[in-house]
Amino acid sequence: MNRENLINTILLLALATVPLWAMANDAPYTITLATKVAIFALAGVGLNIALGLGGLVSLGHAAFFGIGGYAMGILASHAQNFEPIMQWPLLIEGSKSMPVIWITGVIASGLAALIIGALSLRTSGVYFIMITLAFGQMLFFFAISWPAYGGEDGLSIYIRNGFPGLNTLLPIHFFGICYTLLALALLFSAKLAKSPFGLALNAARQTPARVEAVGLSPYRLRLTAFVISGMITGLAGALFADLNRFVSPSMFSWQTSGEIMVFLILGGVGRLYGPVAGAAAFIMLEHFLGGLSDYWHIYLGVLLLLVVLFARGGIIGFLAGRQVAHD
Amino acid sequence: MTVILFIEQVLNGLQFGIMLFLMAAGLTLVFGVMGLINLAHGALYMVGAFAAAAVAGMTGSFLLALIAALAAAAAAGALVELLVIRRLYIRDHLDQVLATFALILIFSEGTRWMFGSFPLYLDIPDYLSGPVTLPGGIKYPLYRLVITLIGLCIAGGLFLLISRTRLGIRIRAGESDREMIAALGVNISKLYTIVFALGAALAGLAGALVGAIQSVQVGMGEPVMILAFVVIVIGGIGSIKGALIGALMVGLTNTLGGIAMPAFLRLFMDNSAASATGSALASMLIYVLMAVVLIWRPQGLFGAAT
Repeated sequence: MNRENLINTILLLALATVPLWAMANDAPYTITLATKVAIFALAGVGLNIALGLGGLVSLGHAAFFGIGGYAMGILASHAQNFEPIMQWPLLIEGSKSMPVIWITGVIASGLAALIIGALSLRTSGVYFIMITLAFGQMLFFFAISWPAYGGEDGLSIYIRNGFPGLNTLLPIHFFGICYTLLALALLFSAKLAKSPFGLALNAARQTPARVEAVGLSPYRLRLTAFVISGMITGLAGALFADLNRFVSPSMFSWQTSGEIMVFLILGGVGRLYGPVAGAAAFIMLEHFLGGLSDYWHIYLGVLLLLVVLFARGGIIGFLAGRQVAHD
Repeated sequence: MTVILFIEQVLNGLQFGIMLFLMAAGLTLVFGVMGLINLAHGALYMVGAFAAAAVAGMTGSFLLALIAALAAAAAAGALVELLVIRRLYIRDHLDQVLATFALILIFSEGTRWMFGSFPLYLDIPDYLSGPVTLPGGIKYPLYRLVITLIGLCIAGGLFLLISRTRLGIRIRAGESDREMIAALGVNISKLYTIVFALGAALAGLAGALVGAIQSVQVGMGEPVMILAFVVIVIGGIGSIKGALIGALMVGLTNTLGGIAMPAFLRLFMDNSAASATGSALASMLIYVLMAVVLIWRPQGLFGAAT
């Protein structure tokens, strides 16, 4: 086990231990914070597939995060009002079941990623950044001006959705769900990076011409990565909405895209567990600096600037040393 | 839709487009010359608006307020370039995005800390307020007309600057080959600071001019900056002409779409549903325009093929 793996294991164990400790000491708010870390880390794991593995600097991942959130909001609001979503040509009812919501959210955000990706990937570099940002903003304005689901005010869901066999109203149970999904996504992401697809994608990031020369299409590889990435971020969005029992257009805002990216850079770009470390650091900063000053974003900004300018490896890079030379 | 309403909306679209051009020109220059994507451009727009509101509040003079906006934004731009941006030219786009995102956080919270969370108001001076009657008996706010003209003058000045002056020659040379003009003895780092400050000043001026129509508040710059990105994607990166044409297209699409979509839907929907759906769809129209341009010409209307 090398140093990075050791740090990753410690991270994952720590994230599981904190809420258990909090439960023993009756501190439900700490469990909520840990749940938030798990959800943000999951969103980051999604972005990391596009950004770390594929080299696609997407500033529009809030689009998928928001679509996941609205999948939850729309299904659950129809279920709580006992109104079917659609009666004709076939009856579609709302749902309060998490697995149904997750699948809907993942499919919807995957479709959105397919469309946005197919258009945006026609370009590269700085164009790609601007275009993904613009599509994110498009959905933001759409969510604000679409009155059927709350418009600017968002949608409130009164009771957290259920999961068969668990009582999701207990914070620790809900944390368990989020943590398990995060662990599965990390496992998937690690397998993906080692798979032929992941290797080809990595190659397409480094030298697209060579990938093309061996008969693979960089465009298709990137689009596939973008869709997978969008799906995972969408799942995180559905969980985040369930955590707050509330969705609003702010999930679509460009700040959300920026923050998901901040998790990656704080943790370390291209590191498998970078999003976990980054999300944990972000939530801790928010909690402790936010307690000290209302203007804690200034300190976050300065810290981020210092990390970008002087400490490129982020937290994992700092702890584990330089990345093994496969990059 | 009456003709008068239509003409009013066209003028509003032009005004909006010209203001977008002031933002987009700076972004596209900075990208063209230095190869830098600057997310903090919206923060400079905000700095201009706040400087104008503060100076107008102290002196009561709108002209001084505009000068303050230009000076404050240019100074902030130069300072940021010297301290941070300069280190980013050799970095990849991801680092540029993150560092300038950090700058947004610092600027926004810094402004909130100095001025508070409540919006400020910048009043239109008396001699520019009230309507003016255009040929054809159309009444239109004088102020909007004036800022459209100011914007057009600046656009003209910018074209002259780029095409006729020594600085413009250096800027264009910097766009095509950075190493070469450095080798020819041009002080490249000074040129970069000047270009960045120039872009910042244009953004600050736009912020001040628009600030008098809307309220001056933290976070006002980013939505405009994202639209300026759309403008650049449509016009082609690095092209001032593309920025101008893209900005006018986006401005007109934005205002005309807002009245045309609901009117169009009213043909086959009832009134309230058409208004709601129409305004939701109109808000997406600009991005649809961008998508169409992307499918047709991925490098933008006036961008060099890559």
